[in-house]
Amino acid sequence: MKGVKHKILVLSGKGGVGKSTFSAQLAHGLAADDTKQVALLDIDICGPSIPKMMGLEGEQVHQSGSGWSPVYVEENLGVMSVGFLLSSPDDAVIWRGPKKNGLIKQFLRDVDWGEVDYLIVDTPPGTSDEHLSIMQYLGATHIDGAVIITTPQEVALQDVRKEINFCHKVKLPIIGVVENMSGFICPKCKNESEIFPPTTGGAETMCKNLNVSFLGKVPLDPQIGKSCDNGQSFLSEIPESPATSSYKNIIQRIQDYCGLHQSQEK
Amino acid sequence: MRQNGGVPATDSFGRICLQFLLTLGLFSSEKSNLAGVRHILLVLSGKGGVGKSTISTELALALRHAGKKVGILDVDLCGPSIPRMLKVQDKDVHQCDSGWVPVFVDQDKSISLMSIGFLLEKPDDAVVWRGPKKNALIKQFISDVAWGGLDFLIVDTPPGTSDEHISTVESLRPYQPLGAVLVTTPQAVSVGDVRRELTFCKKTGLRVIGIIENMSGFVCPHCSECTNIFSKGGGEELAKHAGVPFLGCVPLDPQLTQSLEEGRDFIQEFPKSSAFPALANIAQQILDGTSPQSS
Repeated sequence: MKGVKHKILVLSGKGGVGKSTFSAQLAHGLAADDTKQVALLDIDICGPSIPKMMGLEGEQVHQSGSGWSPVYVEENLGVMSVGFLLSSPDDAVIWRGPKKNGLIKQFLRDVDWGEVDYLIVDTPPGTSDEHLSIMQYLGATHIDGAVIITTPQEVALQDVRKEINFCHKVKLPIIGVVENMSGFICPKCKNESEIFPPTTGGAETMCKNLNVSFLGKVPLDPQIGKSCDNGQSFLSEIPESPATSSYKNIIQRIQDYCGLHQSQEK
Repeated sequence: MRQNGGVPATDSFGRICLQFLLTLGLFSSEKSNLAGVRHILLVLSGKGGVGKSTISTELALALRHAGKKVGILDVDLCGPSIPRMLKVQDKDVHQCDSGWVPVFVDQDKSISLMSIGFLLEKPDDAVVWRGPKKNALIKQFISDVAWGGLDFLIVDTPPGTSDEHISTVESLRPYQPLGAVLVTTPQAVSVGDVRRELTFCKKTGLRVIGIIENMSGFVCPHCSECTNIFSKGGGEELAKHAGVPFLGCVPLDPQLTQSLEEGRDFIQEFPKSSAFPALANIAQQILDGTSPQSS
């Protein structure tokens, strides 16, 4: 891990809010600058979505003298996931905590990441083994912080507040919260509908109440899901979507945060 | 109480759980607390956020409207959503001779609920437990809640195929569950995870009652144009590919989301909603599956 300059964890208490989707777009966004080396580590062991989203389904991991090689999407974007270790899309990883922890340790220790500017760690929902382990194993090194993903409705926010508490407990800095699936524009009549209504004020209100940075909103665009299903970069495929500019603004804020941290450390 | 990795649990929450576990150790019910439960149904998905808790809650409401007595066991320890969906998030659990009394969500006492949500002092308290501790609580939830007589016990699970799922299936095995309903959204990324859940069911000998494709299409309230926000058809295709029944598509309905946010009875309030016939149909298929020749 000593060759890794910045480490960003993507978390949420809640499942299905778009952590992996966001991690994938963040990876593509950061790797758009080809002077930067980006690594994406998927520690969702039961539901590894990243290989599919990055167009790497069916790829296998190779071993060399220096360890496991990540699978490269671009020259400057490498990916590691348990998905690459499974031989069939039907294979289930039915492991209890200790075995999952062992694999996460291996991912951090035995993968030959090389010199990396940004390591993005995509996590499963919750506050359990995977989250404790990644903090335990990475905690000794410097973690820039966590980006927390939510959707606007209270049933998501109530889990996200728990995740924020988890971050405070383990002293993980919070870069900020992203509100995903925030409004849907009908392609026919262009009216906006709130599919996941922010009945308690959405993420922005929650962030104000908890004194946590609000990074921005990303609207629901059906093309995001399609890009992920097809393993393409949404940012490259649909540059004109309002969601693309939302993502880009948020990614810039994350880069600024990391840059500020670096100069503060120096 | 300290956890592995040096992360302290919320002290007051730790005390509550220790008290819960110690007290339960004193109960030795000769008759199993699940003896009065006619049918046990698990709601699973490999994928998070597809609507397991929503479907669990709506199924319970639909079965109640069909005159059944229903219990819901929420074994999602990190993200317990159901208390709020039924507007009972501020209730406490009490003890009786045979164990813990589940919380009744209505005056008729036709729906009862047990969730870790009731044991938290503050709703924002995080349950930061590793597997073994989660397993212990799930075992207690399964054996020491005094459900009484129920037609259906619906078990809502977190996403994945890990500790909670292994422990739940192992603990329920002696009671011969009816089977599992698997929930997915239509897109490939979701179906990809649910395929693994199907493997889990096969490996653990859990019968698959069927697959539900949730969030399947959104009808714009302004112009009635239907958009497949999360794609379409993946759930039905998966059911065909895996040779399991397809129970139906449930469309995205903001009225449904709003009801759950506010803890209201969607089935009662919105019988004209586009989601209602789908949910009623799924409940009917489950009821049909429990008729004398099938059970």
